[in-house]
Amino acid sequence: MTHLVSIENVDMRYGGASGTLAVADLTFKVDKGEFAAVVGPSGCGKSTLMRLVTGLHIPQAGNVIVAGQHVTEPVSIVGMAFQNPSMLPWRTTLDNILLPLEIVERHRKRLRAHKAEYVEKAEHLLEVVGLKDFGSKYPWQLSGGMQQRANLCRALIHEPQLLMLDEPFGALDAFTREELWCVIRDLHAAQDVTIVLVTHDLREAVFLADKILVMSARPGRVLREHRVPFARPRDLEITYDKAFNDVVHELHGEIASARRAA
Amino acid sequence: MSAVIEDIQKPEPARPLIARIDWVKASPWLYTVALFAIWEAAVRIFDLPYTVLPAPSRIFAALYQYWSPIWKNSLQTLYTTTLGFLMAVVGGLALGLFIGWSKVIYAGLYPLMIGFNAVPKVAVVPILVIWFGIGAVPAMLTAFLISFFPIVVNVATGLATIEPETEDVLRALGAKKLDIMLKVGIPRSMPYFFGSLKVAITLAFVGSVVSETVASNYGLGNLMSSAQSQFNVPLVFAGLLALAVEGIVMYSIMAWVEKRMTGWAHRSTMSH
Repeated sequence: MTHLVSIENVDMRYGGASGTLAVADLTFKVDKGEFAAVVGPSGCGKSTLMRLVTGLHIPQAGNVIVAGQHVTEPVSIVGMAFQNPSMLPWRTTLDNILLPLEIVERHRKRLRAHKAEYVEKAEHLLEVVGLKDFGSKYPWQLSGGMQQRANLCRALIHEPQLLMLDEPFGALDAFTREELWCVIRDLHAAQDVTIVLVTHDLREAVFLADKILVMSARPGRVLREHRVPFARPRDLEITYDKAFNDVVHELHGEIASARRAA
Repeated sequence: MSAVIEDIQKPEPARPLIARIDWVKASPWLYTVALFAIWEAAVRIFDLPYTVLPAPSRIFAALYQYWSPIWKNSLQTLYTTTLGFLMAVVGGLALGLFIGWSKVIYAGLYPLMIGFNAVPKVAVVPILVIWFGIGAVPAMLTAFLISFFPIVVNVATGLATIEPETEDVLRALGAKKLDIMLKVGIPRSMPYFFGSLKVAITLAFVGSVVSETVASNYGLGNLMSSAQSQFNVPLVFAGLLALAVEGIVMYSIMAWVEKRMTGWAHRSTMSH
């Protein structure tokens, strides 16, 4: 009963009975505190998986259980971050980060009275991701990498038990991306948070995750589960090790054959 | 050493007048003057009769001669236009929010709106006259009818184009439709809304003047149509000039309001 996320034999079809089947017989589990990465050929239903876990979609068949509860509506113990940082341009970075607190039921009632406490928390998060003193700036005054850091803060402000990341670094240059890998790695190490990362970048998956789920082409299901053997804390240097690249290579082969099978 | 350099640089060379003028700021005035000058010259060179095209000098003379009626009727037109425009702002904002609220309403009302907008408003004026009699009311309503469409469309577009990621992030946190509209949709549609006001105010003038021309005893439209029937062409042009000035003034007010209210949407001007 240590699974935070448990997905059992889930089918999800879009657009009615004759619509496309996005995932079929999808089964996987993520333990509490674990870092799981989901990789696969494009169109394998990775985004569907995100939406299933967060309760934005309710599957036609199978069970989605998050934190011991059947998901029948959006679950607010989840934080989300997408490739598009989607900061609101009329709010300062700090106000953007505080936005989830204005929504989540248990925070919105006490936000007004305890504003200072929340602001302090947001500023602490900004410091953790390396954006100290940028809270008063507007998002469009920040670079792409900085916006993505702020996006992570927004996803974490309401202390979610589960953080869902959908290719959060896809649009960034290689150096910024590696910097943010380290930010995520440190966040995961410092906070008691479970992370599910959906990505195309196999090196990113191997560097960050404890467990990698390889999905098949549409309709998506889990083909294989890899345990990543490298000890934590991991240094960026390990991405140049032979053992590391062997894992990446193996994943690459599996996804290539999944693409051919499609 | 540095003192010496300062001494040498201190006397600012007196720049010639031509270099001190801010040409970007001056150019609207220069172009306007140039337009009138070319116009005046053309009328004189081709010796056009003033009943066809009066020269600007003649128009300004008419403006001076008929100042009192022009002033009164200008105020009347400004009054009906502004009232019609304000109705359009309130109605357009409300309808725009309503239409943008859901995809079904958007899909259902959009074709109706387009059909409605395609109807020439001059054809609607007689109906308004049957309902409300001649005078200020039809003018106001025509201004309203013609100017509220761009407002509705822009507000609805702003609401309907919320990024799906933003919506997902908020919905996953348990946000209701109302939350998403208040936190994202409405602020997001404000630049569209304020931008549409510039289009709407100029259209409102078209509406009120059309109505005044067809069915009113007041306003610049009426003034121009009665001047026309007396072949007083310079007065017709004086009326047009007054209208143009009112249009420019109201447009600049709307542009100023837009900039004040949604500065964040004009990033390049705020990033410094």
